[in-house]
Amino acid sequence: MFFYLIRRILYAIPIALAVGLVCFMLVQIAPGDPINAIVPADAPAEVVEQVRRDYGLDKPLPVQFALWLGRVVQGDLGRSLATGRPVTADLRSAVGNTLMLALVAAFIGFAMGSILGTIAAVFRGSVLDKLAVGLAAAGVSIPHYWLGMVLVVFFSVTLNWLPAMGAGPGGSGAWEWNWANMQFLVLPAVTLSVIPMGIVTRTVRGVVMELLAQDFVTTLRGKGLRRGGIALHVLKNAASSVLAVMGLQLGYLMGGSILVETVFSWPGTGFLLNSAIFQRDLPVLQGTILVLAIFFVVLNLAVDLVQTALDPRIRRA
Amino acid sequence: MNEPLVHVRDLHVRFVSRDATVHAVNGVSFDLAERESLCILGESGSGKSVTLRALMALNPPRRTKLSGTVRVGGHDIIAASERKMADIRGSTVSMIFQEPMTALDPVFTIGRQIAETVMRHEDVSRAAAEARALELLELVQIPSAKRRLAAYPHELSGGLRQRAMIAIALSCRPKLLLADEPTTALDATVQIQILLLLRRLQQEMGMGVIFVTHDLGVAGEIADRVAVMYAGKFIEEGPVRGLMRNPLHPYAQGLLGATVHAGMRGERLTTIPGAPPNLERVPQGCAFAPRCPHMREECLPKVPDSRSPVPGHAARCVLVPDAMSQAA
Amino acid sequence: MSTAITPAAIAVPQPAPARSRGYWAGVARRLSRDPVTLFFGAVLLLMALAILFAPLLAPHDPYQTSMIRRLRPIWFQDGRYPLGTDELGRDMLTRLLYGGRLSWFLGIAPVLIAFAIGGTLGVVAGFAGGWVNMLIMRTTDVFYAFPSVLLAVAISGALGPGISNAMLSLTLVFIPQIIRVAESTTTSVRNLDYVESARASGAGPLTIVRVHILPNVLGPIFVYSTSLISVSMILASGLSFLGLGTKPPEPEWGLMLNTLRTAIYTQPLIAMLPGVCIFVTSMCFNMVSDGLRTAMDVRG
Repeated sequence: MFFYLIRRILYAIPIALAVGLVCFMLVQIAPGDPINAIVPADAPAEVVEQVRRDYGLDKPLPVQFALWLGRVVQGDLGRSLATGRPVTADLRSAVGNTLMLALVAAFIGFAMGSILGTIAAVFRGSVLDKLAVGLAAAGVSIPHYWLGMVLVVFFSVTLNWLPAMGAGPGGSGAWEWNWANMQFLVLPAVTLSVIPMGIVTRTVRGVVMELLAQDFVTTLRGKGLRRGGIALHVLKNAASSVLAVMGLQLGYLMGGSILVETVFSWPGTGFLLNSAIFQRDLPVLQGTILVLAIFFVVLNLAVDLVQTALDPRIRRA
Repeated sequence: MNEPLVHVRDLHVRFVSRDATVHAVNGVSFDLAERESLCILGESGSGKSVTLRALMALNPPRRTKLSGTVRVGGHDIIAASERKMADIRGSTVSMIFQEPMTALDPVFTIGRQIAETVMRHEDVSRAAAEARALELLELVQIPSAKRRLAAYPHELSGGLRQRAMIAIALSCRPKLLLADEPTTALDATVQIQILLLLRRLQQEMGMGVIFVTHDLGVAGEIADRVAVMYAGKFIEEGPVRGLMRNPLHPYAQGLLGATVHAGMRGERLTTIPGAPPNLERVPQGCAFAPRCPHMREECLPKVPDSRSPVPGHAARCVLVPDAMSQAA
Repeated sequence: MSTAITPAAIAVPQPAPARSRGYWAGVARRLSRDPVTLFFGAVLLLMALAILFAPLLAPHDPYQTSMIRRLRPIWFQDGRYPLGTDELGRDMLTRLLYGGRLSWFLGIAPVLIAFAIGGTLGVVAGFAGGWVNMLIMRTTDVFYAFPSVLLAVAISGALGPGISNAMLSLTLVFIPQIIRVAESTTTSVRNLDYVESARASGAGPLTIVRVHILPNVLGPIFVYSTSLISVSMILASGLSFLGLGTKPPEPEWGLMLNTLRTAIYTQPLIAMLPGVCIFVTSMCFNMVSDGLRTAMDVRG
């Protein structure tokens, strides 16, 4: 098991490097001179040349990549073309906001999905099952940015219950866990939760259904265990695969919140990305995507490790 | 008041789904005394496993329709609530299954799975339950039992897994042990060991045992009595020796590959042509008639009554002489 | 022991050996008895026809703007504008009909291209094994390290707006996903007994692929790909919504949703319409794909 862990951790390193390479290449595939990703287009020619030499952009691509990687590892993601501030400074608060939004959305989606999926599996074929399956299908089919607009129309415009956009009175910097701030979180989090809700419902339904049909459940009934006792066994058996899906979904929420953040003007990474795209601010684009992707890699690693801890059968590998 | 351990009368089990109704068991009656062992023989699909599971109401709850009388250890199984059944299962009656790999929960240790059963039925501490688990593993002769308590099912061999399964079944000293093809999934040498173990445990613990198998060797090894099942009915029932040596029903004869006795011209039956009937409809007459070499017209209109040429041995076949009517 | 997890939402259909004519007849029979799938299929067909014959059905010119009749309500001028007008005074029904063309195209085309490329690479990886498999699958892993929305936004964002850039990025998102399914399906078919026996009896690799592998893996890969169409539509509209896909004044549902955003306070009903179209289409594709998978799954 120890060796499995080491191997799994070591395997994440080349993946992380390759992710870095893809992010590096983003600037290369962008139309125009990559130097435009570092200096504003209206900079004087000698400044451009100076920067080109400083950043090693006159060297071959592999060398450039190594230089870039060296800066990234030291926490230097370059400076924003639009604001001139270091990308990391903007990213720090944005990542925090996105993480908060994603965690709340994940909590809603995972809780709803687990409940719906379990009900659907236990009452297989019933009206409740069909309802849950229908909800799950709607959850994964709905354009959630549109759902966000619908919710805004309903809860903000018509009912005037909840704010339509922003992250609270103090802006992005002064978040507190009180209603004045949290009411801003409700609509984006609910909007973002429909996809994981749908996927987790389907997953839990499938896994629990499969488990309930297994011989060992008959053994458990044969031992005289009641529903609660059997549920404990099913839960522990289901945990590893359901958690794996949940981990992936949390990653998708982090990376996929761009549309919802745009709809609600939520000051997170997605919002940052959107303005970067709009202003063609390549350093911000590159840095944000790199951070989110690395987060996803680490999350995947964590999910694998948790899975290994939960399922004794994997440890043999 | 001297009630037998198991009392079954006219048991019917149907599985109802949207597409079809399967009549799996069609009127089974038998009794089992305490400490007695019965073996139910039959092909797959004959309803033998379903009968066994009906004794502890273990068939899929929503699809299964039960009727008739089933009493086990004085409890009315058919009328019992699921809650009451949960109390009976594991304490009065327990079961071991064919495939120990899938019948054990893969993510719980063996020790935990035994201790959990003990704690469910007896008011004991976790420590006491785990001590009992160790005793049970030693009882079923698992080597280095202490270490195996912490093992997961996939870490054990098939034979050891089946021993662990037996330990779980015996953990609350049931009066009745049901075994659904307990040796079929095991290697031949391991099969014998498990059978010997089961026989010894039955004698030591004074349990009634009902076995289901399609393996004649198993039947001869453990059973006091044997019942042969076909299309959801007991077509023949008798003491193990009498039935094995002198089967009465043509199906039982075919199953045992036996030489047919006097009055049947000594023809040899080694295989039975044809296939068992589709149980989506209940056969009107003798279900074996379409495959029977001795089929007569009287076999078709109604199911033959049970006839008993010698006490304790009976078969549902028109060819069998009935000692009672002959005497009259 | 494998720890790879496929989310249930995209559960991989398991191949069954010997797909014969009888098998496909069975699939058709099961589909014909599945009213839910038939219903959603019928809705899709109707939408497809409406979009195809947009020039005949649309009451107005999709590009004809008007300063005076902007954001008029539904059934404006006694039905001359049945679904009202948009923020530039164009007829909504017309825009929706024409917009469906691009939205459907962006939903289907990337999946089809990815099916061809990813399917081929996956079958090759699964059949060849060894270092070829290593190379293809490890590259796939890298793209799997990005959440799909993020990858699409990253590539589109770097390349800049435009339909072809959006298509390129979506195709790149789906290729690795299809490769994974194709590879695992091919590997499991390759290890089936009858393929082993074909190999043992001296059949060449090309013959084995053509006769034994392809007929058995194409179905599952195709079904999986159809489940991606709904994702592709939502992603494509999402890119347009961010200003990365279609450029104005081209009608496209996602872009329409974006430009109508300012109208949600004044004409919320009209502002919602393009989203309804995306939702209904994507839901239909999802349900049909589900039904198809159930019908093709022998175990189910």
